Amino acid sequence: METTYRICPRSGLQFEDQAEKLMRFHAVCGVLSLLVGGIMALGVILTRWPAVHLLPADIFYLVLTAHGVDMLIFWIIFFEMAVLIFASSTLLRCRIATPKIAWFSSWLMVVGAIMTNIAIFQGESSVMFTSYVPMQAKWHFYLGLILFAVGALLICFVFLGTLVVAKAENTYEGSIPLVTFGALTACIIAIFTIAGGAIILVPTFFWSIGYIREIDTLMYRVIWWSLGHSSQQINVSAHVAIWYAIAAIVFGAKPMSEKVSRTAYFLYILFLQLASAHHILSDPGMSSEWKIVNTSYFMYFAVFASMIHGMTVPGAIEQAQRLKGYNKGLFEWLRKAPWGNPAFSAMFLSLVGFGFLGGITGVMMGAEQLNMLIHNTIYVPGHFHATVVVGTTLAFMGLTYFLVPALFKREVMFPGFAKIQPYLYGLAMYIVSLVMMGAGTLGVSRRHWDMAFAGAPMAYEWPGAAYLMMGLTGIFGVVAIVGGAGWILQIVLSIFFGKKLEGGEQRSIPQVLTLPPPTPGGAAHPPATPGTLVLALVFLTAFILYYFVNWKYLSSLWGLS
Amino acid sequence: MSAILPPSERIWWNQPVDKLELTWISIAFVWALVMFGMMIWWHAYGNQNLANETYRTTKEMFAAKAQAVVDKYTVRTETELQVPVVAPPPGSDIYLIARLWAWWPIFELEHGKTYTLHLSAMDYMHGFSLQPQNINIQVHPNYEHVIKITPNARGTYSIVCNEFCGIGHHTMAGRLYVK
Ligand code: HEM
Ligand SMILES: [Cu+2]
Ligand SMILES: [Cu+2]
Repeated sequence: METTYRICPRSGLQFEDQAEKLMRFHAVCGVLSLLVGGIMALGVILTRWPAVHLLPADIFYLVLTAHGVDMLIFWIIFFEMAVLIFASSTLLRCRIATPKIAWFSSWLMVVGAIMTNIAIFQGESSVMFTSYVPMQAKWHFYLGLILFAVGALLICFVFLGTLVVAKAENTYEGSIPLVTFGALTACIIAIFTIAGGAIILVPTFFWSIGYIREIDTLMYRVIWWSLGHSSQQINVSAHVAIWYAIAAIVFGAKPMSEKVSRTAYFLYILFLQLASAHHILSDPGMSSEWKIVNTSYFMYFAVFASMIHGMTVPGAIEQAQRLKGYNKGLFEWLRKAPWGNPAFSAMFLSLVGFGFLGGITGVMMGAEQLNMLIHNTIYVPGHFHATVVVGTTLAFMGLTYFLVPALFKREVMFPGFAKIQPYLYGLAMYIVSLVMMGAGTLGVSRRHWDMAFAGAPMAYEWPGAAYLMMGLTGIFGVVAIVGGAGWILQIVLSIFFGKKLEGGEQRSIPQVLTLPPPTPGGAAHPPATPGTLVLALVFLTAFILYYFVNWKYLSSLWGLS
Repeated sequence: MSAILPPSERIWWNQPVDKLELTWISIAFVWALVMFGMMIWWHAYGNQNLANETYRTTKEMFAAKAQAVVDKYTVRTETELQVPVVAPPPGSDIYLIARLWAWWPIFELEHGKTYTLHLSAMDYMHGFSLQPQNINIQVHPNYEHVIKITPNARGTYSIVCNEFCGIGHHTMAGRLYVK
């Protein structure tokens, strides 16, 4: 198929015509999902804010289902598809493999997303995004998810095909870039994950139309989480790749060690799939040995890998900054970072929030016995708003500030707002996560319409502090929604009305990516990174303290054996 | 020269790893081992471990066993719904039913004594959430989860449902006494 390439005069990246259109398509679908999910977030937050308690119970559960599905599944996966295409076709400077199949799959995803949303908004599929049996949604709820997943799966194969094309047509020299390697990790995990999803959602679909009589609840939870958790690993791989990418774009940062970073990614592939067991720690029917092996041996290797990335990304930035001469003391490199550049500030807030708030708490609740302390409390959404919202979503937002000029050829409008947007959204979300976790530590349930138990014959009275935490969740949730809505508005307006930028010449043959010259001064002696190590040790101290505080708390409970 | 370009050295896997980076990797690895050891250590020396003793059951079978205990040890009833308050002797087996939208019955236990609690659900999944202790356990239909419990403080406790179980989910709260 005939195609053209253009070299973006601002970023130096080369975009192939079909790949570029596909990326725009997925970015736009993602943002639309985020918009729907964000409107739902407003409904969720204004209902869980005890003083407001806006929606009636049935609408609340509907809205919460839509929030989970549109955010966690549609927004993130659409955007990830754009990232896969970027990391293959754009970074490797080649045409995309089988563009027709790519377009077909993209539309399949759209049809699936719309179908599931229709099912939810018709009102008889308020089963939450986890759709635990035996609670049943309408058939098109499941079918939409299956179509969406098949579409995503096909795009994963297009991604792999594109890597093959690049290799066969020699569009780059040496090994694939680290970011592409990260995307490859995400893609491999995605393929496993979607297979797990098919194993459970296809029978569930047949059950919903009456061809299967019963689905075992425990089996459902175990297999569903091989989809549900592993897909979070896709997110981690993708947003870590974006951290590396933004560090590279903003600072020209070079990975501290290709070997270490790539090995860390490889650990994700080996171990993440199996860590899904930490969703089953407070369930009957699985042995402690199984739980410990799956959560610790497997999960801790993944955690270990994340701790490595968490250090090598700021480490790479520190090296790049020190090479530029920001050498004073431990932290001049950090103080002199471009804090007003939203791509950087979003990425850095994402990194710190993901590690401190999402990472530490995730590992705590992934310990077999500690899980009992927070299982199904609002601590859990508190934790994952630090991972998928602060970590993934904020990283995606940061990358978009770069993509609007590079991919959409428009200038970002309202640069003043862009400067503060990552702080507004990111820091508000830090607080939302923290207070949700605070409320969860006091026991407040997740997915719960009324903490006052209206109409219950034996109501429980939560302590005042729990109400306070949920009130703060409401207030800062609204602030975060303002930050998120502002971002959507800004990006959409910029895409349509921003100042048009020069696209760069169109050419019919790709420009080959030659091996970059070896680092001047010799790669063997990059500057040391003491500042990063200090940050890492602060992180470790917080981690250890928090971890053992929870064991102490556990030890005060009733005896259980 | 950067993460979005191919590594500048073709043979990147021979590049030496930075010393500080290596230090951090070792620390992270040791910490992962400590956390692994902690779970096993707690099984040996800790007092809060979920027994994973579980049996397949049916709704009818479980309800019958629960009913037998209620018939034998009920001491009074509470609320307009006449929920039985059951005071079984220490050491006995007690059966807690989760169903739309109630925990049944109410138990009255003795402080410091051990009971064998059996949990199962009659319809959807439910979430056993003992407050203000904050012990949270998933309850499945057709599975009977057996846990030995030893209350360590007197008082009135609530059992909240924290697995979404439909429109009345927020009304599903039960009670438990420790004397
Ligand atoms: C400003 C934005 C947001 C606010 C204020 C917000 C707030 C909330 C709250 C309070 C809950 C818990 C409700 C409950 O369990 O009763 C929740 C659930 C959830 N949120 Fe968000 N959220 C926001 C953005 C996001 C984003 C960007 C994502 C994903 C990328 C996300 C994913 C989820 C998921 C998956 C759930 C779980 C739904 C369930 O339990 O089924 N949220 N959100
Ligand atoms: Cu329930
Ligand atoms: Cu419930």
